[in-house]
Amino acid sequence: MEQNSARPYDDDIARKFVAATVLWGVVGMLVGVIIALQLAWWPANLGLPWTTFGRLRPLHTNAVIFAFSANAVFAGIYYSLQRLLRTRMFNDTLSRFHFWGWQSIIVLAAVTLPLGLTSGKEYAELIWPVDLLIAVVWVAFAVNFFGTIAIRKVRHLYVAIWFYMSMVITITVLHVTNSLAVPVSFTKAYSIYPGITDGLVQWWYGHNAVGFLLTTPFLGMMYYFLPKAAERPVYSYRLSVIHFWALVFLYIWAGPHHLLYSALPDWAQTLGMVFSIILIAPSWGGMLNGLLTLRGAWDRLRTDAILKFFVVGITFYGMSTFEGPMMSIRAVNALSHYTDWTIGHVHSGALGWVGMVTFGMLYWMVPRLWDRPLYSPNAMITHFWLATIGIVLYVVAMWTAGITQGLMWRAIDESTGLLQYPNFMETVLRLMPFYWIRLLGGTMYLTGAVMMGWNFIKTANSPALVPATRS
Amino acid sequence: MSTPSNTGGTPEQNGAPESLHRRLLEHRALLFAGLTTVGISVGGIVEIVPMYSASAGPESMEGINPYTPLELAGRDIYIREGCYNCHSQMIRPMRAETLRYGEWTRAGEVAYDHPFQLGSRRIGPDLQREGGRYPDSWHYEHMRDPRSTSPGSIMPPYPWLYEQKYEMDDIVATVGAMQTLGVPYTDSSDAAVRQSVTAQAGKIVAGLKASNATVAEDDEIVAMIAYLQRLGVDGKAALAKRSAK
Repeated sequence: MEQNSARPYDDDIARKFVAATVLWGVVGMLVGVIIALQLAWWPANLGLPWTTFGRLRPLHTNAVIFAFSANAVFAGIYYSLQRLLRTRMFNDTLSRFHFWGWQSIIVLAAVTLPLGLTSGKEYAELIWPVDLLIAVVWVAFAVNFFGTIAIRKVRHLYVAIWFYMSMVITITVLHVTNSLAVPVSFTKAYSIYPGITDGLVQWWYGHNAVGFLLTTPFLGMMYYFLPKAAERPVYSYRLSVIHFWALVFLYIWAGPHHLLYSALPDWAQTLGMVFSIILIAPSWGGMLNGLLTLRGAWDRLRTDAILKFFVVGITFYGMSTFEGPMMSIRAVNALSHYTDWTIGHVHSGALGWVGMVTFGMLYWMVPRLWDRPLYSPNAMITHFWLATIGIVLYVVAMWTAGITQGLMWRAIDESTGLLQYPNFMETVLRLMPFYWIRLLGGTMYLTGAVMMGWNFIKTANSPALVPATRS
Repeated sequence: MSTPSNTGGTPEQNGAPESLHRRLLEHRALLFAGLTTVGISVGGIVEIVPMYSASAGPESMEGINPYTPLELAGRDIYIREGCYNCHSQMIRPMRAETLRYGEWTRAGEVAYDHPFQLGSRRIGPDLQREGGRYPDSWHYEHMRDPRSTSPGSIMPPYPWLYEQKYEMDDIVATVGAMQTLGVPYTDSSDAAVRQSVTAQAGKIVAGLKASNATVAEDDEIVAMIAYLQRLGVDGKAALAKRSAK
């Protein structure tokens, strides 16, 4: 791109990560729709080893977390970090290594997981050679990230950068600690931690991957892209300082809420529960700081689809960071654990917060990165409504399914003292209508993402604005 | 906050008030990163390090033995097929759970599990005390055609377990790795592992034959059945002994 020489920033790398975000987003969501169908209609498992639910479900989770969401984070960071520091990335080769390294990790995941090559740890299924590659690529990114900070031309670090930094540091610690294993072959290794300790390490990792890959960098992106889109400053600087440090310190403790009522020692369960409840405060601090940034600009919400995406995303963040602590209370968890309520909770965070903030950011960035107006603003609006209605259908179906099954599992006939539904199957078959509704919601969400991809391809292929017209 | 201390401009202008936080930290990236590292480390250290005390280890429960080599092979298949995505192995101490599944799960019972398989979702039932619940022939039929034993089931069939073979060399390597990890196998020699596998597989095959199911000793389904039939068995016996005292 010739324009680049005239510009101080490496926007080519941001464009690459934007394209990867859209591509893997569609792939990851498509696998999600397929496994949703498999639960409603088992023949969709196709009778082949590599297409069964047990192998595709890790592919779905890995694709949406490490392919869709992580690429979105990288796109947002490469775009905003350079501008916030008024500094081009430290090293362009490292940026390219980061991009191609990360995409090859994703391709390796897409090959190994259906083949049944797995570490067997939820959300950390990738086998040890891929884990090593992740570590190498992540360190390259970290060097590039901190290198850019070291040569920055702006003295202070804007709030978005604090959140990015917490991700770079924490994900390194989590990934390395949780992946330690004894290999027996090139494709197989066994976790070094035994039993319940392995469970604790895994959920310390799993919960904080949600915290520091799907929460803090997205808050950072909110702090950069929302004020840009709304053309207003962030509501409160002080609030951002307080909720940043509170999140950084408190989040890490909450992992054991995934193991309530397990054989994990009670003190650890209680710590997990208490810290999860305290987490409401910094989480809502972030939500309020985001929503109040729009004070005095609420009228623009009627017409500005990008702001619609952000506001729905931040609202879902507030909702799921309220729901999560509630589900961490033992009495609530007794009902919700092991049910689809958890799946609903995860998706209100993933589809609602991560997805909608990503879409808002992409719709804002793409016209600027490609120097062209968005091809179809109408398609963007349609995408917004498809996604929003899709999330609502998905989440409500899963709440209903989860609470229904949880209540059936625990129902005891008072007169006999026996289970009211001793046949487990009865509690599964009751969920089928909700599984179809979930499939409908997920398909709507996927359709919106496909429309976005089409819109971006059309945008990139439409005639460019004269560069001088762009500030 | 009555007076928002806003950043007073676009993110690039970032005209926030000169604060202590800015002077001390936002100008010093290294210190900022260091403090963040400390902040995120405390919780993990406090929670994870004490786990290496006896309360969670195998010492906490008498009578729990490591998996046999064939069961380890079955466990590998269980992990490969991603069974943990639909089946938990952790029974909670609640009446409705112990009525349905049996005694709740103790830490000592899973102390030899590398990796753990507690699971997080019950699309199908918990399997922590699956051992002995059904005869081998039930599992043989169920894995091939789940609806033949469980009408209405949404579980996919696993026909390839009846064609693919487990590899003896892999099992030897796995037993060795478990030994490295501290699981007390007395003899992980090639010969001992082979002998153990052949003996246990032979028994399962003979039993299945009696119920008119033909299967080869090294079919993966044999290892899978061995693993499923072992789940929770030691713990159940140990807990029965404990309550008898």
